[in-house]
Amino acid sequence: MKTLGLIVNPVAGMGGRVGLKGSDGPEVLRLARERGATPEAPRRVSQALAAFAGTGDPVQWITCPGEMGEDVCRGVGLAPLVLSSIRGRETTWEDTERAAGLLLERGVDLLLFAGGDGTARNVCTAVGSRLVTLGIPAGVKIHSAVYAVTPRDAGELARRFLQGGLRSVREGEVMDIDEESYRQGVVDARLYGYLRVPVEDRYVQRMKAGGVASEAQALAGMAEEVVDSMQESEVFAIGPGTTTRAIMERLGLPGTLLGVDVVCNRRLVARDVSERELMDLTAGRRVKIVITVIGGQGYILGRGNQQIGPTLLRQVGKQGLLVIATKEKLASLGGRPLLVDTGDEALNRQLSGYLRVITGYEDYAIYKVGHS
Amino acid sequence: MGRNKATLLRKFHQARWDEEIICEMSVPGERGILVPRVEREIEAEVGDGVSMIPEGLRREKPAALPEVNQVRVLRHYLRLSQETMGADMTVDASEGTCTMKYSPKVHEQLVGNPGLRDIHPLQDEDTLQGILEVYFRLEEFLKEISGLDHFSFQPGGGAQGVYANACMVRAWHEARKDENRSEIITTLFSHPCDAASPATAGYKVVTLMPDESGYPDLEAMKAALSERTAGIFITNPEDTGIYNPRIDEFVKAAHEVGALCAYDQANANGILGITRAKEAGFDLCHFNIHKTFSSPHACMGHSTGAVGVAGELGRFLPVPRVTYNGTKYRLEYDRPESIGRVRCFFGNASTILRAYAWILQHGADGLREVAECSVLNNNYLLKKLSEIPGVVIQYAEGKRRLEQVRYSWDKLKQDTGVGTEDVMRRMADFGLQHYWMSHPPWIVPEPFTLEPCESYSKDDLDEYVAVLRQISREAYQDPQLVKNAPHNSVVHRVPSPGIDEPERIAVTWRQYQRKKRADSVKPQS
Repeated sequence: MKTLGLIVNPVAGMGGRVGLKGSDGPEVLRLARERGATPEAPRRVSQALAAFAGTGDPVQWITCPGEMGEDVCRGVGLAPLVLSSIRGRETTWEDTERAAGLLLERGVDLLLFAGGDGTARNVCTAVGSRLVTLGIPAGVKIHSAVYAVTPRDAGELARRFLQGGLRSVREGEVMDIDEESYRQGVVDARLYGYLRVPVEDRYVQRMKAGGVASEAQALAGMAEEVVDSMQESEVFAIGPGTTTRAIMERLGLPGTLLGVDVVCNRRLVARDVSERELMDLTAGRRVKIVITVIGGQGYILGRGNQQIGPTLLRQVGKQGLLVIATKEKLASLGGRPLLVDTGDEALNRQLSGYLRVITGYEDYAIYKVGHS
Repeated sequence: MGRNKATLLRKFHQARWDEEIICEMSVPGERGILVPRVEREIEAEVGDGVSMIPEGLRREKPAALPEVNQVRVLRHYLRLSQETMGADMTVDASEGTCTMKYSPKVHEQLVGNPGLRDIHPLQDEDTLQGILEVYFRLEEFLKEISGLDHFSFQPGGGAQGVYANACMVRAWHEARKDENRSEIITTLFSHPCDAASPATAGYKVVTLMPDESGYPDLEAMKAALSERTAGIFITNPEDTGIYNPRIDEFVKAAHEVGALCAYDQANANGILGITRAKEAGFDLCHFNIHKTFSSPHACMGHSTGAVGVAGELGRFLPVPRVTYNGTKYRLEYDRPESIGRVRCFFGNASTILRAYAWILQHGADGLREVAECSVLNNNYLLKKLSEIPGVVIQYAEGKRRLEQVRYSWDKLKQDTGVGTEDVMRRMADFGLQHYWMSHPPWIVPEPFTLEPCESYSKDDLDEYVAVLRQISREAYQDPQLVKNAPHNSVVHRVPSPGIDEPERIAVTWRQYQRKKRADSVKPQS
């Protein structure tokens, strides 16, 4: 029998309806309740679980007591196993992490979690890439690419995955923005890691696949293209992401997934550098910056790669930016432009317009870049 | 008996045979034809025959062919044919981009004529005058249809035609000592070979993504053009059936930086007699002689990618060219600037003859009527399908399409969980051939691409619509019925491993046996 873990962040989404842009921390939550916020998550989780209700699928549900899962399960007629060591009331992010850790120990086939970016971070901290997971969108902030589009989609996707109808899993970015800065109008989005999520197959061709390059081949081609272009004593700043990771793998260098690494003459100069260190390492040198699309909104700068700051970008200019992304990734933006948010309006405008994106070996797309 | 007159639906059930692979049917010593021993006189004269073959060409042991008698061979292939949903069995509006029009059967009499059937391309050209005349005359027809000046029928299919065009683009620039042009520009909704064939010819490829409205983005094109651009390779109407109304501006922009423009006219059925490559300013084009001009679509088999060029580019066409000096047709090889051959001999003669006959049957007015009927049929189907719950038509909303449309079941999928592959399998239960979904990448979610051609009647299309409407209704009422389909067909689900999973593919019997022994051919879950 398949096992399915469920963790519900019961307060996810409460800040949104009352204009608080998030629900992180007890103080904000108190404020939200004062403003009349009511829990959003149970309704959304019920929508997701409706995909399983009454189907008779042989699935063993394992969840937390009370508001963190048990209540919603019973509400739709499911009979879950309950993790008794987790509290059922007034839970915090620590309970989410502990519950995820317990579900990891039990080796569930899929871990469903309901919340927003904060919840995704907690799950990521606890299970990393050791479980296949999927987010039910219930939070205020959803910058992470680990959530289904709607709760109903999450339920359908989970069910198809457990039935074996979906075989592929991708790495989705876990991102979060600093809520305090955001309330003051500053978006400070960080890339915290990756979770493994089942691939939504709307855009994936499974039949008649002859001649279609797999994503792995496209990644290898892009890496080859960048490595081929490396000239002697030119400094390459390799931005974060699974796409750019392929370049470090191609070079056989121990790069970081979430940080900016510096390469020169195909050798590693520094790992996970700060903006200051990057400026020092590139001073007076010919520089190329390799970046990719981070998150589902199409940002190539200013989300998860703020180490690549405006001063360096002004020096390097548009011609020194190597953007790599698969055509499928570009297509999934549905015609919306790639976005830059460098924190400098003039620079944002300068980087906007049409950009050549590396999509494979000697294979490129021309794509529009805009700014927020 | 007969189709339900009210619903237009058929009670169909396909034959299902637990048929072995022909190699599995082999019985040692069994024979289809017993070849008589040669007469003594001949043996005395020639010897054993085999010794006349040079030693290096002789097999050391007989070929491992299946040993099966005639009756069993006939039965085997008849059974397989009953398990096949061929183009002539059903309303084949399904294969969008493939132009599955009706191919007149009288053509089979023409190509079965011993005058064509029994000739060989290595014969002396004096003995090939008939088919060479057909080549020459068909070239004249295509010059008129496209407005371009010279054609070659050597390439064995559309993708090879595009490859030949890419080679000619390079030859043109090299002849002008303009050797830094390393890039070809195409659009995402052009045929994939407009990227793949130039890449095979050594070019870097730049792809233009569609703008929000679904049209190719002219500003992106201008951003992509440079002194490195060798050419643009564009399909129009695109794979979505949308005609790019600014195509002349694309061509003009490319010419301004010294690039050549190649028009992929594999989808020409909706523009015959209406627009021409010449008037849009193109320098090169190709037609799929099969499909647009009859002959079933056939993957490098009975197919021809006719390549056409304007003016001076004629010097670079593949050899041999068919020429006529007023008394005699010749195969001309001595063309020093030619890109050479892109395959052996001089093209698929049977396809050329069918196309020649088909054009003669229609005449100039008939060709235009083909285009008009195929566009009318398509827009009728578009109107009817857009009324079916769950069907979405993305891009260029409200605009008419030419000869095909890329539809989407995205709404159906979101509403019911039933997607395009489920619908496709269910169609077989009503006696319809599965449809073509989409070329990669899948930008249109849950896609299906239909092209009703000129051959199908209103009644044919009404039946087709009735089937899709019924499946949509079933999806909303009983999604599992559609998801578990087909119920009345041969195979439930055919595993389709990707080409990048070689360990799961066996294309010969020997390979299959080897991989099966190694236990590496695993059934798809």
